[in-house]
Amino acid sequence: MIVLNVNGTKMQADADPDTPLLWVLRDNLGITSVKYACGIAECGMCTVLIDGEARRSCIVNAGDVQGSEITTIEGLPENHPVKVAWIEKQVPQCGYCQPGIMLHAVDFLSRKPNPTGEQINDAMDNVICRCGTHPRIRKAIQMAAEMTAKQGGKS
Amino acid sequence: MNTHITRRDFLKKTSLVIAAAALPGGVNLFHVSPALAGADAPFKPHAFLEIAADDTITVWVGQTNLGQGTHTGIPMIIADELDAAWEKVQVKMALAAEPFKSPVWHMQATGGSSSIRHRWDLLRKVGAAARQMLVEAAAEQWGIPAEKCVTKDGSVTHPDGRSLTFGQLTEAAGKRPVPEDPPLKDSKEYRIIGTQRKRLDIPDKVMGKTVYGIDFTVPGMCIAVVARPPRYGASPQSYDEKAAMAVKGVIKVLPLENRIAVCAETTYAAMKGRNALNIKWSEGSQPNLNDDTLDALFKEHLGKPGAVAKNDGDVKKALEQAAQTMEQSYKLPYLSHAQAEPINCTAHVEKERCRIWTPTQGQTDTQLTASKLTGLPIEKVEVMTLPAGGGFGLRGEQDPVEDSVLLSKTLNRPVKVMWTREDDFANDRFRPASQCRIKAGLDKDGRVMAWSHTVAAPSVMSRLMPEYVKDGIDGDAVSGITDMPYDLPNLLVNYVMVNSPVTVGWWRSVGYSVNAFAVESFMDELAHAAKKDPVQFRLDHMEKGGRPYNVLSLLAEKAGWGTPVPEGRARGVAATSCFESFAAHMAEVSVSKEGKITVHKMVCAIDCGTAVYPDAIRAQAEAGVVMGLSVAFHEKVRFENGGVKTANYDDYPVLTLSDVPETEVHIAQNNLKAGGVGEPVFPSVAPAVANAVFKATGVRLRELPFKRELLIRG
Repeated sequence: MIVLNVNGTKMQADADPDTPLLWVLRDNLGITSVKYACGIAECGMCTVLIDGEARRSCIVNAGDVQGSEITTIEGLPENHPVKVAWIEKQVPQCGYCQPGIMLHAVDFLSRKPNPTGEQINDAMDNVICRCGTHPRIRKAIQMAAEMTAKQGGKS
Repeated sequence: MNTHITRRDFLKKTSLVIAAAALPGGVNLFHVSPALAGADAPFKPHAFLEIAADDTITVWVGQTNLGQGTHTGIPMIIADELDAAWEKVQVKMALAAEPFKSPVWHMQATGGSSSIRHRWDLLRKVGAAARQMLVEAAAEQWGIPAEKCVTKDGSVTHPDGRSLTFGQLTEAAGKRPVPEDPPLKDSKEYRIIGTQRKRLDIPDKVMGKTVYGIDFTVPGMCIAVVARPPRYGASPQSYDEKAAMAVKGVIKVLPLENRIAVCAETTYAAMKGRNALNIKWSEGSQPNLNDDTLDALFKEHLGKPGAVAKNDGDVKKALEQAAQTMEQSYKLPYLSHAQAEPINCTAHVEKERCRIWTPTQGQTDTQLTASKLTGLPIEKVEVMTLPAGGGFGLRGEQDPVEDSVLLSKTLNRPVKVMWTREDDFANDRFRPASQCRIKAGLDKDGRVMAWSHTVAAPSVMSRLMPEYVKDGIDGDAVSGITDMPYDLPNLLVNYVMVNSPVTVGWWRSVGYSVNAFAVESFMDELAHAAKKDPVQFRLDHMEKGGRPYNVLSLLAEKAGWGTPVPEGRARGVAATSCFESFAAHMAEVSVSKEGKITVHKMVCAIDCGTAVYPDAIRAQAEAGVVMGLSVAFHEKVRFENGGVKTANYDDYPVLTLSDVPETEVHIAQNNLKAGGVGEPVFPSVAPAVANAVFKATGVRLRELPFKRELLIRG
């Protein structure tokens, strides 16, 4: 039995500790916003925040993060600047990769609240969006940064 | 096209069918509002539309939501003709059913950019018919002629200013006959079509609430992962069932023809169980097949005459008379769809019915597949199309449907078949590779007199719709050549079908994705040989004032063609006409001494007829650039030892953010029939870049993906 703290709630899962966090979240806990796509930490679609840091849940053993705070997209408030910007800039197409990419962006913006275009390109270069929403991802990150700055730097 | 069927019969047919239903088991995935759930006697004149007493308007869509925007564009068309208040409109996915079949193809499928272009009249009539019924109901109540009533924003208004909402009129309107030929709006009267709207499916996608096929669960379900042959034609010779069953959570190991399924309580257990099988496979049909043998096969076929797909004028004679002739070859690889969500399908076969939940692009085929395997009549196969994490043509394939139906039948419980990413690459139905040779002749004024084009490529149609392959010609394999947007007096197109174990399938823009690269690269080579400007040279071969001519002119104007190019950069263009639309691209590039190409800017111009949902068109066009560049720079499936070598995204890199240029999209304004969007914005991207690279370096890139080593200087 594994105990995980997901989005502020303690949850129990009947899974071996070496099961990837991705599959415990999806199959045992029913949190399907965390997406499977490659299983080798190449695409970023399974990204979650672990103690605020973006990690690829397909290569994290669930047993290793039992004491950590795990955040999925549902754990961000609906008025979170990244969510607001993603809707305002109409980013998603199929949308499958977006929760992972948004969490990746949340981590990045927490470290670089006023990023340059080049910093955005560098930071977001290791996630895959097959639909090709990249131009809008870029705009949404800029907008989220501006919103956060207006709100006094808190996101 | 069979649009006459639509006009005459659609309302009669559709009014009889209550096709739409929410998901069983109380799981409502599609924005069902509490207000609607409580409303009684909604007005449902046909399968596409219902209006509730509380004014909620529900548009039922039969087209797959792949993120292309049609789940907003389709409601926009219906709502406009209805004069609905847009904020009252919601969209839901319907179960597969007769009324949702394409009036052109007579099957329900999402592909070929057909969702709107095949239903342009149909969808408008759906809205217009309902509007007419609501107006007649109000007029009757007020005792005035219907012509005196005005509709706007979900209400009917009396000349004295009184009004009734659509919701208030539903009961009376529902008793009226459905008009067969309701008048349609003049495009000047559109209030929703052509306007900026927010996509209806985006909030749920951003909040993580969208349930894709892969996320779907149903009580009692188990998950199956299937070991498929690692080489074409291979089958299992031995496997360790005990070891798989020993994995915690594994329920059953079931061999199916040439593959073995492991069914388990969880996905991870099924994956571990499959690994434990330790299957020994036979060597397959062509154990030596690899990149080199395939390349040689194409080369060999290119030397054959093939079948004549088009023969206008007298190419042989014209080539003899030409002032100048040129000959070149082009080469394109097999491509994977590499869509984000791996292939999956959930099925539950019961005694009297079969239910299927899957992100299919081919609903009718899914029904037919399940019907055949279960022996149930087609109407007993319920197909609920779930939102798809990309598709690009792959999701019309029925492999996961077959497996989930067979397994559910055997296990007598719902089964979700899941492919891993490795399964996806190994079992993809690839975009055909292609090699071609073109010979053309210019007259003394630099006009193209003759064009002779031979293509060696596999045929998709031979597998999927063999009845459309006649005299050795697959029309898709030569599309973009036989119908290139140029008027040429002498055009000969030969097709040599390449047969190999590598299975090919539909892929974004189909034949155009291949052939536009060759045609548009060679047009550029001819323009250079004729010492003409590449835009002017193309225009000179197009009908003046025609749509391809106008869209290329629009591109040239908006992209500042002919204006000074920033230091160190060069521009290139390309154009294509396909899926009833017309598109062109301009690329602005620079090339470093080390051969690195930087695309600084892309400009796209598209004429897709009436621009129903401009922001979705822009989104598709931006995305077409990203995918087009990805294909130009990176994508190629590799083969070895009789099977697919490419296994995951690490050896099939796709374009990422730092290589995505600034992109401008310009949409031609007209009120013509709506054409396709998702496909036409793709083919001219790669050739525009190749042509810009030539301008920058003098080096022609005639193979995709581009070979950087050809560009290293000094």
